Amino acid sequence: MHEFTLIRAETDEAAVSALTAHPDARLIAGGTNLVDLMKEGVETPTHLIDINGLGDLDRIEARADGSIMIGALSSNSSVAWNADIQSRFPMISDAILAGATTQLRNMATMGGNLLQKNRCFYYPDHNARCNKREPGSGCDAMDGVNRMCAVLGTSDQCIAAHPSDVCVALRALDAIVHVKGVEGHRAIEFADFHKLPGGTPHVEFDLAHNELITGIEVPGLPFAANSTYLKLRDRTSYAFALVSIAAALKLDGDTVDDVRLAVGSVGTVPWRSAGAEDAMRGAPATAATFSKAAEIFFEGAKPRAGNGFKIELAKRAIVRVMETLKEQAA
Amino acid sequence: MTKQIIKMTVNGEVQEVIAEPRELLIYVLREKLGMTGPHVGCETSHCGACTVDIDGKSVKSCTMFAAQAQGAEITTIEGLGSPDALHVLQESFKEHHGLQCGYCTPGMITRAHRLLEENPDPTEEDVRIGMAGNICRCTGYQNIVKSILSAAAEMNASKEAAQ
Ligand SMILES: Cc1cc2nc3c(=O)[nH]c(=O)nc-3n(C[C@H](O)[C@H](O)[C@H](O)COP(=O)(O)OP(=O)(O)OC[C@H]3O[C@@H](n4cnc5c(N)ncnc54)[C@H](O)[C@@H]3O)c2cc1C
Ligand code: SF4
Ligand code: FES
Ligand code: FES
Repeated sequence: MHEFTLIRAETDEAAVSALTAHPDARLIAGGTNLVDLMKEGVETPTHLIDINGLGDLDRIEARADGSIMIGALSSNSSVAWNADIQSRFPMISDAILAGATTQLRNMATMGGNLLQKNRCFYYPDHNARCNKREPGSGCDAMDGVNRMCAVLGTSDQCIAAHPSDVCVALRALDAIVHVKGVEGHRAIEFADFHKLPGGTPHVEFDLAHNELITGIEVPGLPFAANSTYLKLRDRTSYAFALVSIAAALKLDGDTVDDVRLAVGSVGTVPWRSAGAEDAMRGAPATAATFSKAAEIFFEGAKPRAGNGFKIELAKRAIVRVMETLKEQAA
Repeated sequence: MTKQIIKMTVNGEVQEVIAEPRELLIYVLREKLGMTGPHVGCETSHCGACTVDIDGKSVKSCTMFAAQAQGAEITTIEGLGSPDALHVLQESFKEHHGLQCGYCTPGMITRAHRLLEENPDPTEEDVRIGMAGNICRCTGYQNIVKSILSAAAEMNASKEAAQ
């Protein structure tokens, strides 16, 4: 591995100013994504700024208004097993436990999870063309191995699917990302945090080089107590999703009163469809309604040679999850 | 690049090693401290052969810089048992053929040890889920699961007998 200098940040401000001073520095939290990319020479930071000593950033604070503030350094394990998360937002806990394995969840932090790199086959491969890794070089996934790639939000530059599980749940719940920079604090809606590839697939987040994620706020949503996460993958443990569903449902008798639905691994960012949710609200809670919403969700989807199967798989998964939540609600 | 002194407790003994920031914990344990139990199977966080216990949690030591273990308490397979005083889990793996080539075994047992601390009376499913981060290319897992369940039963029986 290349050489680098390690800096231990003791305060948020010190982390931000170290980033400002070193344009090729990276923060290291759990290291579960960054260290592997450094081994492969995809990430070659001159400085690593270790933020694990930042005192309060691993707190999980359940507030009286029903919201929960998750510190950026909270481990994925501690969030998944947190009793308030499990009762208020079970889909968050389900999503985390469906991902990686114990050893990795113990190390992986929530801030790092938001920023994890995509798992496109060609991204870490220096012999492949990849606009995300090397802007302007081309995209070998377009006509290559694209089974895991996205069908929504793609561009002619990049079709990589967003790989995170918990981000799908956070998208469904309209979480807010809190960051600190030289000019102080900023709050970013989850929907705006991950960027569509467009003509600049290497620009992935609404986050400046010298900004630190401090926390993720999940606003109160009482009916999210009836929520879940379904992950479909090639094997039943320890694989990234082919498609995944995060959903919450509230019934009024036999009618859908309110609903949240986000789908993972089908979009270049965690995907939501206002049209699909609107089609369910006020409609009878039946398979026909759910399947109509699933059709709307995938309107305009653009499959490539290897990943068209995801559309049908996800539509059926949406119906199955909504049926499960309907049973749970009744 | 500037080397640093890293102080950590490994299997109950305080150790000081000099390492560069880019040195991975697994290599410091194996090459500088002679703890060759934890293995390198993949070096990409996948296989779990490098699993060690850090501050009471199972971790993959190939995905961590040694410098990040400053001040940590680390347990490797060497800290669980020795050839003439095997740990219950080691006995059980031997008894139930929980290994063939043995390459995955130190990581398996180190993880299994923590799993049983977290959940002393696991179901078969708990074991399979809890061990999902450790890959074995030989056994087909059946006998690994059997070994862990049997060790759990034995540990629980001797705990009860002691009460
Ligand atoms: C084998 C394997 C399987 C996996 N399976 C899954 C899976 O099934 N589902 C899933 O969702 N994920 C999976 N992951 C990904 C895992 O969840 C991420 O690697 C992890 O969440 C990243 O968190 P971290 O703290 O380790 O990040 P790091 O590796 O420390 O950092 C990642 C990036 O985030 C930046 N960063 C970290 N913290 C902050 C902060 N507070 N502010 C600003 N920048 C920051 C770093 O600079 C770096 O660029 C898997 C990973 C591996 C290795
Ligand atoms: S899909 Fe994106 S990440 Fe994959 S090769 Fe193309 S540009 Fe790179
Ligand atoms: S060597 Fe660390 S996980 Fe394989
Ligand atoms: S016994 Fe050979 S890899 Fe597990």
